[in-house]
Amino acid sequence: MLSTLNTRAARAQEHLNIVIVGHVDHGKSTLLGRLFADTGSLPEGKLEKVRGICERQGKEFEYAFLFDAFLEEQEQGITIDTARTFFQWKDRQYIIIDAPGHKEFLKNMISGAARAEAALLLIDAQEGVKEQSKKHGYLLSLLGVRQVAVVVNKMDLVGYRQDVFEAIEKEYRAFLTQLKVSPERFVPVSAKLGENIATRSRVMPWYTGPTVLDTLGLFRKETEREHQPLRFPVQDVYKFDARRILAGRIAAGLVKVGDRLVFSPSNKTANVKSIEAFNVEPVPTQAKAGQSTGITLDEQIFVERGEIASYPDAAPLVSTVFRCNLFWMGRRPLETGKRYALRLATREVECEVETIHRIIDAGDLDARQTQTTVGKNEVAELTIRTKLPLAFDLYSDFEATGRFVLVDQYDVSGGGIITESVRDAQTVLREEARRRDIAWVKGDVGPDDRARHYGHRAALILLTGGPPSDKSFLARRLEVRLVADSRHTYLLDGGNLRRGLDTDLAEEDGAEMVRRFGEVARLLIDTGLIVVSTTNTFGRIDHQAIQTLVHPTPVVTVHLSKTQETSPPSTDLAFAGPKDFETIVDRIIAELKQRGVLAQAIGAKQQFHYSI
Amino acid sequence: MNAHLRQLEDQSVYIFREAYKHFENLAMLWSMGKDSTVLLWLARKAFLGHVPFPLIHVDTSYKIPAMIEYRDRFAREWRLNLVIGQNTEALKNGMNPGLGRVECCTALKTNGLKNLLAEKGYTGVILGVRADEEGTRAKERYFSPRDKHGDWDFREQPPELWDQFKTAFPQGTHIRIHPLLDWTEINIWEYIKAENIPIIDLYFDKGEGTRYRSLGCAPCTFPIKSKAKNVDDIIEELRHTTVAERSGRAQDEGRGMELLRKDGYM
Repeated sequence: MLSTLNTRAARAQEHLNIVIVGHVDHGKSTLLGRLFADTGSLPEGKLEKVRGICERQGKEFEYAFLFDAFLEEQEQGITIDTARTFFQWKDRQYIIIDAPGHKEFLKNMISGAARAEAALLLIDAQEGVKEQSKKHGYLLSLLGVRQVAVVVNKMDLVGYRQDVFEAIEKEYRAFLTQLKVSPERFVPVSAKLGENIATRSRVMPWYTGPTVLDTLGLFRKETEREHQPLRFPVQDVYKFDARRILAGRIAAGLVKVGDRLVFSPSNKTANVKSIEAFNVEPVPTQAKAGQSTGITLDEQIFVERGEIASYPDAAPLVSTVFRCNLFWMGRRPLETGKRYALRLATREVECEVETIHRIIDAGDLDARQTQTTVGKNEVAELTIRTKLPLAFDLYSDFEATGRFVLVDQYDVSGGGIITESVRDAQTVLREEARRRDIAWVKGDVGPDDRARHYGHRAALILLTGGPPSDKSFLARRLEVRLVADSRHTYLLDGGNLRRGLDTDLAEEDGAEMVRRFGEVARLLIDTGLIVVSTTNTFGRIDHQAIQTLVHPTPVVTVHLSKTQETSPPSTDLAFAGPKDFETIVDRIIAELKQRGVLAQAIGAKQQFHYSI
Repeated sequence: MNAHLRQLEDQSVYIFREAYKHFENLAMLWSMGKDSTVLLWLARKAFLGHVPFPLIHVDTSYKIPAMIEYRDRFAREWRLNLVIGQNTEALKNGMNPGLGRVECCTALKTNGLKNLLAEKGYTGVILGVRADEEGTRAKERYFSPRDKHGDWDFREQPPELWDQFKTAFPQGTHIRIHPLLDWTEINIWEYIKAENIPIIDLYFDKGEGTRYRSLGCAPCTFPIKSKAKNVDDIIEELRHTTVAERSGRAQDEGRGMELLRKDGYM
């Protein structure tokens, strides 16, 4: 006991999160109870108290009772929910997460394992490798837990036989190898009897490796992520006073005062002016991976929660399509074509599953063939399409920006890791826009300054569909009304460009014409104008191209048609039948107000809900 | 500050900022104890000196008087928006610990809080519970939903992974937010020392050989034997103790805490 007290007195230099997983009844809670009891780590009287309860209730004492807190858990003898316990040994503090092994509570196991840096995976020597042994192994690899030690428990029930242990090791090692997980070691134990838990077993002399307690000590602390390129997802923007502070937690790398940052997917750039903190002396000049911090910029650029700041030469990927591995824990099955909210770091976008490539049955890793749903507790390989461009990384490059969750209605229902970025129709133009924006030479007047002086922000209004005469008339009316209202507006007609800028192009160079139109619109927008455009000759794909080139400027698409027809996707306003053009103009102006382009308060001080 | 405390601080600040972003009507519980005072300090960290939501104190009327003085002093100094809730009806009808501890806690604390939540319509409530305090809290989430009656369905807790929390919820329900979940008792004291946080002196021995280790209502909270006179002494004492923190809290007897918490106790 004395030695325990001495070790506890030593200052914990390091902290490590460990999860204990495995099939139900393979002895996870017992292992944990035994580990605490045999190292003198239980609070005084706890062991006696639980023994007393067992005696009164006339049941045999089990070490598992020490941690199964809910009455129901003790009655049923299973762990329902993940418990966190703190265990101090030598100069390390372990946060040990006891995850439930029952299939029904898989999402609780995931909550536990997601925060672990290493795992102990238990297998019952008598029962051997079971369904959940494999599922948990697979989920650990998906959750990014790379350090795994396999504990073969209940060796007492198989007469401490070496051949039983070795057969399990062989079978399970082969399974993990397919997942590219290489277990650190296999340890034969009897948790109930304390063999190879804290002290070396005398009844298994054939095993010379470390005990469970030693195994904990052999787990390595996760390597620092500060040596990677910067990833700083914007969590919120605070305006408590005159400063505009971008708050967030650095996911990777380092940010310093003076660094030039690009925000994805908007491609806006600015330099770091200061690092903000409360009660920190001296005032910090940098912040690194893992830190929750705040920065101010040297320019008042408009960035919102969800953007990822990085260095310009090492920015994240941006696309609307990617391939991923995902596990589903929703009440309802995941369906292709249905809308879900996707959350990646601090960004939330609408998405749908485009293709389910295969369902991976973790049991034997074989794949059921293509289908349209993924059931609860299944793992699948998918292609996902987002409604808006998403900045992300491959999971193999960056953990925090390479994984996401799907939200079905109110519930986080799935978790996935991105394995591949898929090029969509806009990839080439998006890359052009990004290169151009990052290198863009800016004057001293920024978009916020222009907005203050003009009383509105820049925007693009795209008129589509209907007879050319209608669109042209509407565009002219809109321009007149906006200018009459002191809004700086310009009608950009595609035809005008063809007669000047595009005279070197042939009819079949349509794509280049679209690109040039987009770049001209981008220039006009940069001057702070509201650009109204009738692009008679361009199709729907071309309109997407134009939107990509002017991103992230607000674009209002207005579709006119003679009869009630389905308007193209991502149309903001659609009008069918005979036209009352003045009403349509009113509706467009209302839309501009709603999008903040014509906000009344531009130039006024930001309103902030703060009650002191 | 050591690396682990910094990690805990960073995680708590992240949780605070998520809460503030997602909940229009947010409030935080402050009991003036060490945990919720560290919680308050972390809010000031997260919002750079500001506390942009009200602080709730559910006053059972049985609190130790020094706690009320301390509350009013820092509410003034830190310019806090303090909201005080009390189940006046239960008190009028004579509720007191003598009628049963669980009954008293349920009426004056749980129902006192529920009434206030209903009245003010808070949808997010930040609390300073820690996983190492007692068994059921070890199973909590950072963002933990409560149903229309304020009850906790511990069988159906939301998954929590990769810092993505449950921030969407049906009307009429609310979410409890627990930024201190990963902190241990000793972490709290180490942080108080590192940040020099002014803490109520009931935690220190003033020469009588006793101090409070956990603070609650006067009738149900008992001092422990200890000669710890300052934060350093307490940290040193905690490094050696094997006595549970809440051993001086009567409500933890038997299954008291599981039953209380299932019904919405903090």
